[in-house]
Amino acid sequence: MSLTHSDIARIASLARLQLAPDESERMLSQLNGFFDIVEKMRSVDTTGVEPLAHPVAAIEDITLRLRDDVASEPNAREANQRSAPAVEGGLFLVPKVIE
Amino acid sequence: MKKDLHQLGVAELARALAAREVSAVETAQHFLDRIQAHQALGAFVAVDADVTLAQARAADAQLASGNAPALAGVPMAHKDIFVTQDFPTTAGSRMLAGYRSPFDATVVRKLAEAGTVTLGKLSCDEFAMGSANENVAVPAMGGAAVVPVRNPWDIERIPGGSSGGSAAAVAARLAPAATGTDTGGSIRQPASFCGVTGIKPTYGRASRYGMVAFASSLDQAGPMARSAEDCALLLSALCGPDLDRDSTSLDRPAEDFSRQLTDSLEGLRIGVPREFLGDGVAPGVRAAIEAALVEYEKLGARRVEISLPRTELSIPVYYIIAPAEASSNLSRFDGVKFGHRAKDYRDLADMYGKTRAEGFGDEVKRRIMIGTYVLSHGYYDAYYLQAQKIRRMIADDFQQAFTQCDVIAGPVAPTVAWKIGAHGDDPVADYLADIFTLPGSLAGLPGMSVPAGFDGGMPVGLQLIGNYFGEAKLLNAAHRFQQATDWHARTPGGF
Repeated sequence: MSLTHSDIARIASLARLQLAPDESERMLSQLNGFFDIVEKMRSVDTTGVEPLAHPVAAIEDITLRLRDDVASEPNAREANQRSAPAVEGGLFLVPKVIE
Repeated sequence: MKKDLHQLGVAELARALAAREVSAVETAQHFLDRIQAHQALGAFVAVDADVTLAQARAADAQLASGNAPALAGVPMAHKDIFVTQDFPTTAGSRMLAGYRSPFDATVVRKLAEAGTVTLGKLSCDEFAMGSANENVAVPAMGGAAVVPVRNPWDIERIPGGSSGGSAAAVAARLAPAATGTDTGGSIRQPASFCGVTGIKPTYGRASRYGMVAFASSLDQAGPMARSAEDCALLLSALCGPDLDRDSTSLDRPAEDFSRQLTDSLEGLRIGVPREFLGDGVAPGVRAAIEAALVEYEKLGARRVEISLPRTELSIPVYYIIAPAEASSNLSRFDGVKFGHRAKDYRDLADMYGKTRAEGFGDEVKRRIMIGTYVLSHGYYDAYYLQAQKIRRMIADDFQQAFTQCDVIAGPVAPTVAWKIGAHGDDPVADYLADIFTLPGSLAGLPGMSVPAGFDGGMPVGLQLIGNYFGEAKLLNAAHRFQQATDWHARTPGGF
């Protein structure tokens, strides 16, 4: 399997990454180099094997918890917005999305 | 005593502080002076003497009141992947330059509650992605230039990664201990390369709350220090359930991981996977590991040959799963709520694309690209799901092995630390060097690196892997080894 320039463009667009042309070129060759070492994995027979998400589930049942749907955090709007690039009136500012 | 304070470990410092032989302020100042004097190492990215000394004064007040926690006044530093209120947090990335967290990571909070004083934040690979600490994109303290962290044993060499600053700081005696995180070996490998002791607990033991996320099903926090005894004290303080804040945190009470430290190793079965001592291992590394195994036999342990047949497969499996999870986790960096935002953009999509292009470094971009691809429509089953299935087979291989042995031993890495820049522009060379730490990470098992000798003047780490929740046994095996050897006590020249 080999990725092409158009694959790189498509993936970069999905990932919201604007790659410069030389970066895109390097990415193509590095990703193809990487997928060479992945090939071995694809031919392994995994019929009937359950995927493992939480590693400790290999030995015991693990259920991912959901906490009760109640507010548990104090309101810390100011602290939470301190590192934001643009805020106004307690709101996060983004470029206009609706004309 | 003051002159040699930096030669004391966590346990010794805690004892001296409790006995009021030295104050927390004196101790903190001593280490702050050393950090300043050795800033060329590039280990620290943030220090703030005012904050540190205020914490030390509070510790002294607790010690004076006679009602102090176990580690009151013991200084340590945190990998810059843990968010902290009192210091900036960058995760080694331009994306988070200047970021100040509104809260402390649970691990940071628990260590503060145990009495430790924070010396500062330690350099790491960007978002913990790397094996050499060369992927750092923020300047070290005292300089505007972005520099790779240097290995105190040879400043031309890398300290390992991603917790490279942590390992270098402990090795150079700039801090008695540090936190690290381990996703695919990021505690064990730098500990090995810098000749310090580090442990990654069973996945789910340490809270991931406030650890800037890389790969959520793999990330674990752990201590790096001078000895197994010190690691046991710190691990006991930092583990424990965090059920409301980390959905994968295990409901297992915190333990006293020191409780078995001095147990006899008589009859301990040490499994040595044949795949861990194959042709790819440097002769000097192999010799050190073989000698360590002989030492264990002298201590009463028995060597058992085992097999972990999918060791090599762990490389592609890990490098599919970790980037997949990373691409999802890192989607939060969009220039809206925190972090970097590009200056000029046409619209929202353009802002996202430019912000992320400017904020992320090369390795992070590569992993986001890999992750996005393997999770995309039509490829998910062939890559991500297939990797998760082999992940279970790897975990099952370990369970099979643990029917024959109590702990598993081998090298942490095939070689010692390489020269800065030696892997050039070939990320796959770094990936292949992770071969012996990845299997334990994928299985979520506790693992350690214990100093076990030198190869050409560079430290070699012995990796010990335990079964789930077997941390106390691992620390026992490491401690007894350290009682019989002095590799862990060596200090690099000039420090």
